[in-house]
Amino acid sequence: MKELLDLTALQLGAAIKKGEVSIEEATRAALEAVEANQKLNSFITRTGEQALEQAKALQVNAKTAASPLYGVPMAIKDNICTKGVKTTCASKILGDFAPPYDATVTERLATAGAVSLGKLNMDEFAMGSTTETSFYGPTRNPWDTERVPGGSSGGAAAAVASRSCWYAIGSDTGGSIRQPASYCGVTGVKGTYGAVSRYGLIAYASSLDQIGPLARDAADCAAVLDTICGQDPRDGTSLAFQGSLLDGLTGDVRGLKLGIPADCFGDGLDAEVRRAVLSVAGALKARGAELVEFSFPVMRYVVPTYYILAAAEASSNLSRFDGVKYGWRAEDFEDLTDLYCKTRTQGFGAEVRRRILLGTFVLSSGYYDAYYKKALQVKGLVKEAFDEAFCKCDLMLTPVAPTTAPRLGESLSDPLQMYLSDIYTVSVNLAGLPGLSMPCGFDAAGMPVGAQLIGPALAEPRVLNAAYAFQLDTSWHKRSPAGKEAHG
Amino acid sequence: MNWEVVIGLETHVELATKTKIFCSCTTAFGGAPNTHCCPICTGMPGTLPVVNRMVVEFAARAGLALNCEITRKNRFDRKNYFYPDLPKAYQVSQLYLPIARNGRVPIQTEQGGEKVIRIHELHMEEDAGKLVHDPWADQTRCDYNRCGVPLIEIVTEPDFRTAEEVVAYLEQLRSTLEYLGVSDCKMQEGSLRCDVNLSVRPVGSETLGTRTEMKNLNSFKAIARAIAYESRRQIELLEEGKRVVQETRRWDENKDATFSMRSKENAQDYRYFPEPDIPPLELSEAYLEQLRARQPEMAQARRARYQRDYGLPASDAGILTGQKALVDFFEAVIALGAPPREAANWMLGELMRRLKEEGQEPKSMALTPGTLAKLIGMVSAGRINRNTAVKVFRAIFPDDGDPEEYVQAHGLEQVQDAGLVERTVEEVLSNQTAAVADFRAGNVKALGFLVGQVMRQLKGKADPQAVNRAVSERLKQPEN
Amino acid sequence: MKITPEMVDYISELSRLRLSDSEREKMTGELEQILAYMDVLNGIDTDGVEPVSHIFPIKNVLRDDVVEASFDRAELLRNASWADTETFLVPKAVD
Repeated sequence: MKELLDLTALQLGAAIKKGEVSIEEATRAALEAVEANQKLNSFITRTGEQALEQAKALQVNAKTAASPLYGVPMAIKDNICTKGVKTTCASKILGDFAPPYDATVTERLATAGAVSLGKLNMDEFAMGSTTETSFYGPTRNPWDTERVPGGSSGGAAAAVASRSCWYAIGSDTGGSIRQPASYCGVTGVKGTYGAVSRYGLIAYASSLDQIGPLARDAADCAAVLDTICGQDPRDGTSLAFQGSLLDGLTGDVRGLKLGIPADCFGDGLDAEVRRAVLSVAGALKARGAELVEFSFPVMRYVVPTYYILAAAEASSNLSRFDGVKYGWRAEDFEDLTDLYCKTRTQGFGAEVRRRILLGTFVLSSGYYDAYYKKALQVKGLVKEAFDEAFCKCDLMLTPVAPTTAPRLGESLSDPLQMYLSDIYTVSVNLAGLPGLSMPCGFDAAGMPVGAQLIGPALAEPRVLNAAYAFQLDTSWHKRSPAGKEAHG
Repeated sequence: MNWEVVIGLETHVELATKTKIFCSCTTAFGGAPNTHCCPICTGMPGTLPVVNRMVVEFAARAGLALNCEITRKNRFDRKNYFYPDLPKAYQVSQLYLPIARNGRVPIQTEQGGEKVIRIHELHMEEDAGKLVHDPWADQTRCDYNRCGVPLIEIVTEPDFRTAEEVVAYLEQLRSTLEYLGVSDCKMQEGSLRCDVNLSVRPVGSETLGTRTEMKNLNSFKAIARAIAYESRRQIELLEEGKRVVQETRRWDENKDATFSMRSKENAQDYRYFPEPDIPPLELSEAYLEQLRARQPEMAQARRARYQRDYGLPASDAGILTGQKALVDFFEAVIALGAPPREAANWMLGELMRRLKEEGQEPKSMALTPGTLAKLIGMVSAGRINRNTAVKVFRAIFPDDGDPEEYVQAHGLEQVQDAGLVERTVEEVLSNQTAAVADFRAGNVKALGFLVGQVMRQLKGKADPQAVNRAVSERLKQPEN
Repeated sequence: MKITPEMVDYISELSRLRLSDSEREKMTGELEQILAYMDVLNGIDTDGVEPVSHIFPIKNVLRDDVVEASFDRAELLRNASWADTETFLVPKAVD
C-alpha cells in the first residue's frame, strides 16, 4: 500500500487506466492514510463513504477515460464550494453551511473523474500564514508536528506532503498555496489571475484570489491545472486560458533567461533558505538557462499595498455573513443590529476581525485616498516593475518565505511580523502573475525549503517547464516525511 | 421675506430587461416570495456577478436620449451597508465612473416657455429585496425576488423651482423612457420611483439652504403635494428663526405630511470602492453610433411631425404622443392604410371615451390597431356609415372583435341600392305631405326631419349624405 | 497615523463588530502599528499614476438577456438559521 501512496498522481492515473490499480484500492489507501495522519488535522470534513461510492461508479469507464487524473483521489480546501458537502472556510460563522451548488472547479474535477476525499483545513477565510486561525484547530506540519504547515492552504499542503492524497486544490490570495507548499515540501501553483474560475470560491480578496493545485511535482500540477483552468461564463474575470500544460513539459530550458532580483535575496532572508533557493539557479544554468541579476526596489512596498487592498475587499466580501441567510447565528439578540453584531463578533476569529476592521478603515470616509487609492496606484507601479523585469528575463527566481516553517504559536502574537513574512509571495498576486513553489532543499532542522518561479501573465507553460526541468535533476520533491523518519 | 424653493430629483427606474442585472433570474413582477432567485442574487458565498448586456444597452440609450455625455470607460463600484433587503451587504452601483453624465432635459413651463433641467448623472445599479413586517410575530420577512433587478438612477442638478416643473420633467422623462422601450415606468409597481431633495432660500440668494430628502413618493400627485408640504414646513421653520435639519423624510400619503426617518445606518459611510468581480465597460464610438441610429423618434419630434404632415391640431398631436401605447397604436393604424386624420379622430374620440368608460389604460386594452384600421376602411368604402361604425366600435372594443363579422351578424351593412333609396324617398314624401309643405313654405328644418324619416325606414343602414342628396333633389322638383 | 479608540468604535460600528474594552484597546494599538507600517507608501510618488483596480485590460464581459430557471426555493432557504417556507426571517427591520 505504501508504494501506491508514493506514486505521483499521474503515475496512479496511468496505473488506473491500465487496470493495474482499481480506483477503489487507491481510494481505500488514501482513506487509511488520512486516518493514520489524523493528528495533522489536515481535514475539516471527510467524505470517505461518498469517495468509495464515487470510486466504484468511476471504475466503469476507467479504461476509456480522457483525463490522465481519472480516478485519482484528491481533496479540496474548505473555501471552495462543494454541493451538499459542508463548506466552512474554517470559520465558526459558516456553521454547517452546505452550499446548494458546486464551484466551477469542483464541477470540472468531478467531470474529469476525480475522487474527493473531503475538505481541507485552512486559516479562517484564508486569512493567515500558518493555518492556526482555523476554528477547527491548527493543522500540523508532517515534517515536524510542532511546526506549522504554513497557510492558508495548510491542510492541503499537509495532506499532500503526508501522502494522504495525491493532490489537493488550494487557493492563493497572497501566497496561500505557495508558502504552505514551501513549508511542507510539495509543489504548488497559483496561476495567472483569471486562469482558473473563481466561481464558488468563497472570496477573501476578489481581485487577488486564485484557485490552484498542490501536488507532488510540477507535472502533477500541470495535469491538475489542465483540468481546472479555462474561461467560465460564470466568472467575468476568468481568462480564455488554454491548458495543455502537461504536453508542454520538455525540460528544455536552453536560452531561458532566469532573473534574480537582488532585492529578494537581501536582509531578512535566512541564509540556509538563500543557499537552497539559489541552487535552483545553478541547476537551471547547468541545463542551459542564462542568469540575469537586477534590482527590484518595488519589493519595499508590496506588503503594505497587499494588506490594504486585501483587507479592504475582505471587509466588503465578509459583510454578507450576518447569521441570516446561512451559517451560524448568535443566540439572545435584542434587535436586528444586535443580531448582526453578536453573530459577527462571536462568529469571526481575531485575525478575521482585525482584517475586517483594517479594511473598513482604509475605505472609510477621509482615509480612502490616503490608503486605498494610494495602494491601487502602487499596485500599478508593481505591475510596471514586473513588466520591466520581464523585458530583462523570462522567469524570476525568488524565495517563497524568509524562513522555513516556524513553530506553532510563534507567529500569531505579532500580526505585523506575520504579514511581513509574506513579502515574496504577495507581489505576484498584486500583479496577477503565475507563481510556483517547489522544494529546493532542506535546512539543518530537516525542514523543507521552497523556491519560487514567477512568470509573466499566462506564462504557466514556461514556469511549469522550468520547474519540471529542475525536478528532472533533483529529488527534493520525492522526499517524504515518512522517508525522513526512516532515514533518521 | 420671499422664499425660493430649490429642488433636485433622484429618480430610480427599473429597466425592462427579461433577466436581472447579474444573473439569469426573471425580472417578472410579482411571483411567490423568493421564487425568482438563485444563489447569485441571494448573495450566497462564492457566487459572482456577470453583467446583462441589455442593461448596458438600455442605460446607454437612456443616457443618449437625455442628451448626456456617455462615459466611454465606465465601471461598477460597491456601496457597502448592512440591511436585510441587501443580501450581500453591498449594492453594486456606479459612483466613480457612471455610464452617463451632464445631460439636458427641456421641459415646458406653465408660462408656456421652455426650461432646461440639467442631468448630473445617470448610473446603473441593482435593486434591493422586499421586506414585509409581520406584526403578529414581530419579525420581518425577506423576499429577494426584486434583488438584482436592474435600475438606472437619474440624478438632476437642483434646477427645479416649482412642483409643476418637477411633474413636467417626470412626464418628459417617463415619455422618453417609454419611447425608448427601456422601462415601462409603472409607478404603482415601483418601476419609477422618485426621491426629492428640497431646500429653500431667500429670493436672490446664491447659496443653497439645508436640504431634506423625501422618499416614498409613488405618484405625481404625491410628489406635488409633498413638495408643497415640505417647502411650507421649511419656510415656517426659517421664519420662526429655527433651522432645517439635513435628514431623510418619509412622505405619508394618508397624513399628507412628511416625517423624519431614522436613518438606515447610524453612520452613513458607504465605503465605495471599485467592484473587483466585474471588469470595466468600454463603449466604443461605433457601438454608440449604432445605438444612436436605433433611437426612436421622441414625443416632441413626433408631435411636430403630426401637426406638419397630418395637419393634426397641436392638442390632438399632444394627446396622441403623450403615451407610448397610444402613439404606437396610432402609427400602426396608419401603417395599415387608414388616413391619419381619420385615425386620430377615432382614437381621440371613441377610443378615449371607451377607455374612460372601462377605466383602462391604453397599454392594457385588448383592441388592436388592425381592428380599428379595418373599421375605418369599411366606413371609407361606404359599407357602413359613421353612426353604425360607432356602434360597431363600442361593441367590439372590449374583446377586439372582428368588425366585419359583427356587421354581418347584425345585418348592419349599408344599403347600396340607389333604386331602393329613391323608392323610399318617394314613399316618405308622399306620406309626409305636411312636412313637405312646411319645407316649401320656407322651413328648412323640415328637410332634416324628412331625411330622418327616410333613414328610419331604411333602418339606419343608408348613407345619410346620399339620402340627404336624394331628398333635396326630389324636393327641388316641381310638385306633380 | 494616530488611531484613537473612538476611531476603532466608528469602524467597529460600520463593520457590525462589537469589541470588548480590552479587545478595543488591543485593536487600537495593533491597527496603529499596522497603519504606521503602511505609511511607508507615503514615501513613493504616485502623482499622476492611474489607480489599477483590474490588473488585466479585460472589458465588456457581458451576458445575453435570456431567462434561466430560478433556483429551488427550499434549497435557497435550507441553510438559513431562521426562515419560514417562503422567506428568510429577521427581527423587525421596518419602521
